[in-house]
Amino acid sequence: MPRCDDIASSVDQSLVATDKLKSSESILATNSQSVESLLEGAVEKAVNAAIFGSELGRREFLRLVGAGTASAIVSSIFPLDPAKALAQEKTRPIEKKELKVGFIPITCATPIIMAEPMGFYKKHGLDVQVYKASGWAMIRDMSINSETDATHMLTPMPLAISMGIGSQAVPYLMPAVENINGQAITLHIKHKGVKEAKDMKGFKFCVPFDYSMHNFLLRYYLAEGGIDPDKDVQIRVVPPPEMVANLKAGNVDGYLAPDPFNQRAVYEDAGFIFMLSKEIWPGHPCCAFAARKEFAEKNPNTFQALFKSIVEATQYAHQASNRKEIAAAIAPRNFLNQPVEVVEQVLTGVFPDGLGNNKNVPDRIDFDPFPYHSMAIWILTQMKRWGYIKQDVNYKKIAQEVYLAAGCREVMKSLGYKAPAQNSTKHQFTLGKNKLFDPDAPENYVRAFAIRRS
Amino acid sequence: MKGERKKAFGSSILLLTLFLSLWQLTTKPAVQGKSQGLPGPAAVAARAWEMVSDPFYDRGPNDKGIGIQLTYSLGRLLLGYSAAAVVAIFLGVLLGLSPALYRALNPYIQILKPISPLAWMPLFLYTIKDSGWSAVMVIFMSSLWPILANTAFGVAGIKRDYLNVSALLQLSWLRRLWKVVLPAAAPAIVAGLRISIGSAWVAIVAAEMLIGGTGIGYFVWNEWNNLQLTSVIFAILMTGLVGVVLDMGFGSLAKVVTYRE
Repeated sequence: MPRCDDIASSVDQSLVATDKLKSSESILATNSQSVESLLEGAVEKAVNAAIFGSELGRREFLRLVGAGTASAIVSSIFPLDPAKALAQEKTRPIEKKELKVGFIPITCATPIIMAEPMGFYKKHGLDVQVYKASGWAMIRDMSINSETDATHMLTPMPLAISMGIGSQAVPYLMPAVENINGQAITLHIKHKGVKEAKDMKGFKFCVPFDYSMHNFLLRYYLAEGGIDPDKDVQIRVVPPPEMVANLKAGNVDGYLAPDPFNQRAVYEDAGFIFMLSKEIWPGHPCCAFAARKEFAEKNPNTFQALFKSIVEATQYAHQASNRKEIAAAIAPRNFLNQPVEVVEQVLTGVFPDGLGNNKNVPDRIDFDPFPYHSMAIWILTQMKRWGYIKQDVNYKKIAQEVYLAAGCREVMKSLGYKAPAQNSTKHQFTLGKNKLFDPDAPENYVRAFAIRRS
Repeated sequence: MKGERKKAFGSSILLLTLFLSLWQLTTKPAVQGKSQGLPGPAAVAARAWEMVSDPFYDRGPNDKGIGIQLTYSLGRLLLGYSAAAVVAIFLGVLLGLSPALYRALNPYIQILKPISPLAWMPLFLYTIKDSGWSAVMVIFMSSLWPILANTAFGVAGIKRDYLNVSALLQLSWLRRLWKVVLPAAAPAIVAGLRISIGSAWVAIVAAEMLIGGTGIGYFVWNEWNNLQLTSVIFAILMTGLVGVVLDMGFGSLAKVVTYRE
């Protein structure tokens, strides 16, 4: 049976192709001298192969006439220099150097933000301004309207927008996930006695957006505990920065939200961290880097350079030893505008939980760019489950069109990182009745839930 | 008269001192650099000094000084407001001169008038496709109605005698407008302009909190993010001050155009 991973979408494949062309460049991206010599070598090799048929034939010829003569003879038959120049030029021109990338001030956006002050965009020849947006609806509209070139989004958003759900339909690409884990359920301090979902009946919760992992994970957690998220509790959409103020005022009982706003609630003595999101699904995706498909097609080289900057920044953020430096870089008012102490507690995973415990959870938040198609399929199952999608869904097709797993693998490899071999995987949950998610049977998965809207 | 003014001024100062000392007294002292509850006036003053002493700094697209933020806001205000003034005065004169047209359009105006200008934001974003211009359009919508209503009211209330005399003198339509209608309706129009500038200034803060990026509204939002209440209070005061200056400007304009019959 053909697995969905093997049938990469056309976009994904063309990206892979352009990237293969340039993979030799990326390995030595910092050293343009060696890039050029490497390219020249590659061009010469290709021409030699064409002329002599094989490496053996070339060696034979070389032994007979000597290297210098051989090179001169080959040049006389085939114009090597223009060919070399052509090959080099292909790797060069970035269509649009000055870019605007939108972000929401949360730690999920760490790689997107830090890539500016820490020079990851610059390294790949881009002049990027990161632009702070006030909420998810705003960041969506700014991206759709081309006010930003690429943008920070929640992993479900590019899927929803591409399908025209909760938005006008605009094809989007999601080349990379930003962070995995890194969210939490925070409750008001008056709820210190709460032990499980059953105790949360009647609660008012906030999530940052309808099409967010926060919404789907909170619903998943509540429903597994027998609480119907549409009937037994109230879930409101509130922009993350406003959640702490609402919690402090006692307007809401809790939220499943991105950091630093969970840790900030502890810092403000307004709430405590009830549960980290990794305790529901370890390694779940959260935020993403996305762009309109049209932008990527019009500016393939720019898109590639952005893609690489983001993957590199994400990998840098993955290293635990870099986290303190990153916290200091993104805390200022121009970016997150948060106390460094709070950002550090989030990124290092050494934090007070608001109940008097000091915790040490190094993977409280982690950064991993690989956009598994199976992640998209899980998200789509939840959109179907809760009635955001009414019609039948071609899970695999949408996942392949939006999540650029194969493209990300190539970029990761070209930068010298290890990448997963498969585009899809079975995800293991730590919570719930059906803990294993099989991306090959999404409809059965949806139907297996007792509480659902479809 | 002078004595009374002095007394009023004295009471104002007294009230302010009373308010500030009460505020300071009820403020809990900061513990380990973290403020407990609402910050006091001393903390706000310190913050204000910090902001005002360096009003034009620029540390990237999301962090600019208060002077730059206010300039952005005033720029948006000026654009949206002047466009609204032109459209509203033109329409207002037409409606004021033609009772039939007024009756035809009145129901729509009544429906559109009470809509919060911010409610238009999603529509503008969808159609104009630019957040900056959408904010300007929000200002436009918020200033339009008071000017329109006041102009129509002022023009409709012009003494018939004035219009009859201008007809008798066989003045051209344009001259009649310029020499008779507009000056006669000027006090009402300026009153409308004055009300509008207030509502426009109120709307710009809310609009900028939505769109982000620049402006005094974004500044408030960004500081709210960080629960930095000293900055929020400072920004509120600055917004109030600018509002007063704008209002005073129209106050003196009103004095110029008033006439006695």
